[in-house]
Amino acid sequence: MSETRDLVREAAERLFEKHCGADILRRADAGEFPQVLWRALADAGYAAALVPESAGGAGLEMADALTLLISAGRHAVPAPLAETMLAGWLLSGAGLAIPEGPITVAPVRTGERLSARPDGKAWRIEGRATRVPWAGQCGAIAVLAESDGRSVVALVAAADCTLGKGHNVAGEPREELVFSGAKTLQAGASPVGIDALHALGAVMRSAQMAGALQSVLATTVQYANERVQFGRPIGGFQAVQQNLALLAGQSAAATAAAEAAIEAAARDLASPAVAAAKIRTGEAAGIGAAIAHQVHGAIGFTQEHRLHYSTRRLWSWRDEFGNEAYWARRLGSAVAEAGADRLWHAITAAG
Amino acid sequence: MANPNDLSSLRFEPPPPFAAGEALRGEVREFLAAHLPKRAVTQGLGSWGGFDPEFSRKMGARGWIGMTWPKRYGGHERSALERYVVLEEMLAAGAPVIAHWIADRQSGPVILRVGSEQQRQTILPRIVAGECFFCIGMSEPDSGSDLASVRTRATAVPGGFRVNGTKLWTSNAHRANYMILLARTGDKGEQRHAGLTQFLVDLQATEGIAIRPVYNLSGEHHFNEVVFQDAFLPDDCVLGTVGEGWKQVSGELAFERSGPERFLSAFRLLVELTRALQANPSERAQIALGRIVAHLYTLRRLSRSVAGMLQAGANPALQAALVKDLGTTLEQEIPEIARQLLDEEPDRDSARDVVAVLAHTMMNAPSFSLRGGTREILRGIIARGLGLR
Repeated sequence: MSETRDLVREAAERLFEKHCGADILRRADAGEFPQVLWRALADAGYAAALVPESAGGAGLEMADALTLLISAGRHAVPAPLAETMLAGWLLSGAGLAIPEGPITVAPVRTGERLSARPDGKAWRIEGRATRVPWAGQCGAIAVLAESDGRSVVALVAAADCTLGKGHNVAGEPREELVFSGAKTLQAGASPVGIDALHALGAVMRSAQMAGALQSVLATTVQYANERVQFGRPIGGFQAVQQNLALLAGQSAAATAAAEAAIEAAARDLASPAVAAAKIRTGEAAGIGAAIAHQVHGAIGFTQEHRLHYSTRRLWSWRDEFGNEAYWARRLGSAVAEAGADRLWHAITAAG
Repeated sequence: MANPNDLSSLRFEPPPPFAAGEALRGEVREFLAAHLPKRAVTQGLGSWGGFDPEFSRKMGARGWIGMTWPKRYGGHERSALERYVVLEEMLAAGAPVIAHWIADRQSGPVILRVGSEQQRQTILPRIVAGECFFCIGMSEPDSGSDLASVRTRATAVPGGFRVNGTKLWTSNAHRANYMILLARTGDKGEQRHAGLTQFLVDLQATEGIAIRPVYNLSGEHHFNEVVFQDAFLPDDCVLGTVGEGWKQVSGELAFERSGPERFLSAFRLLVELTRALQANPSERAQIALGRIVAHLYTLRRLSRSVAGMLQAGANPALQAALVKDLGTTLEQEIPEIARQLLDEEPDRDSARDVVAVLAHTMMNAPSFSLRGGTREILRGIIARGLGLR
């Protein structure tokens, strides 16, 4: 753990603590964009964490920047922080300027592709991207499109595409964008392809899920120590203790998997650690959310209780940027192709 | 949301960077290529590769037993992380390491910590050489998870102790040189953990010990029943302090819980399953393999994290319990997944390696979450770490 990372983490923790209280989460859930929170994220440099200083960003080490998202997940940050970081990475990688305000990326669904065709010196974007995070709240979309087998990054104004409203189960906007020859504000050749974009998105969701599970564990343990039935805290019952121990294991595994992917992502987005993280955190998300709700009983199933701000995000994030099956198939096919006699080498080489 | 610092005791520090380990890994792989005995792929499954004194001596000669112990006792003063590399390479290759495993993992360290100078000097160098093997004398017929209830009694007599009682599930007692025996020397009194003492028992030289096999459900002989009948142990057999046995044992158990043996028990099956599927893997097979490998990556990181914390002088007993619970859960899942992908009936005598390994692994699987602390006991330890009891 670098010293910078500790400092970044502590500062982020304070910022999120201050700006992601119950009231903000409730209002965001009702569809209100958290302007004050967003300004704080922008002022702290988090939104542009993956943009080099020379391009006006915070220029954090990638691992330090991604570690922020564990904290963000812990606090259920109801804003497109990960998405704007990802867009900044994509745009600055292609040498494009970064606009102010929240930005999102497309396409995010693993099977979807957009195409770019030259139009004089500019480009036009064609295609449909579904489930684009926060698109309606972002002025611009960083698009990764294909043209004759090459990848092109373009910035498209939200006003230049058609938007269909939608939400994930956490109530965060997930919208459909149709690009019908949409003109580009800026465009350039991309050094990365769609797999790398989705890999970094997967690392981000893994980090957020790891954070959310830490929070769910802490909340659930606290509840088990406070809630009294049969004359004692329910955390005193072995049946409940065994479930909480399981939850602790899932949380620990998710954090380890996310941290491994964060380390690997800085070196190589094709690392198997990326796939492993999305698989492992996604699995932990389902098991962890189920135990947390079981322990909380009926109160945790209400809108009034804060637990759902985390569990609904876990249920959303595990299916975004490729679910467990998608990444497991990629990892498993690579394992099978390398063959049984390379299996142990592959496991030790992943670091 | 909740303050995450409440649960900081659950933190797994990232494994320290360890580039030097890769050179050692290369040495171990070369050694294995030259010295791993050629044998059936099912040999030693479920018992850490099997009992092979000659192989243990070769490992000792390479300096791979007692790696972290002080040089004055024959050790090699290497790091816990270097030791980890050797352990995981041996296990992944299915090398026969059970003969020296217990001595290297827990008996030697406990002797080092609480043993007398004479005990250290006479025994540790022999362990390091791969010539002195240990078994664990803790469990009894009426004392499994509830270890403090042991009834084997060591009564003080002139010059030593007279021991009566029965130990059970004692793996390899029939071929070990020593047992570390946990026996009652005093009354329980107020604290039920009081009055216990550890002894160093020379199994060959001590009169009044009868060792009988207990065959496991596969028909294999690892377990034994060890009956002490008026066995006399001289005073210098006391290990550590009379009455401090419980404290010593608790420390010893922490060594048992976080190593790579806690998630690699079914690794041979995963290798053979991959071999069986690799030519034409179905989508379902790819997904299943990918998921298992993702779990292994993660477990290995958690386990190396514990090794790093041990190296740094921390006490990761809680983390070790978490690793063992997660690891044994995966180990037990692997045969269940494999059988659905293979559509073969498990058969220990099958000429097809994967089918035979499946049968052996499946039949050994119940032991994975029993040995070294049952799943329920571990989860109780974790719950205590969470502040729930």
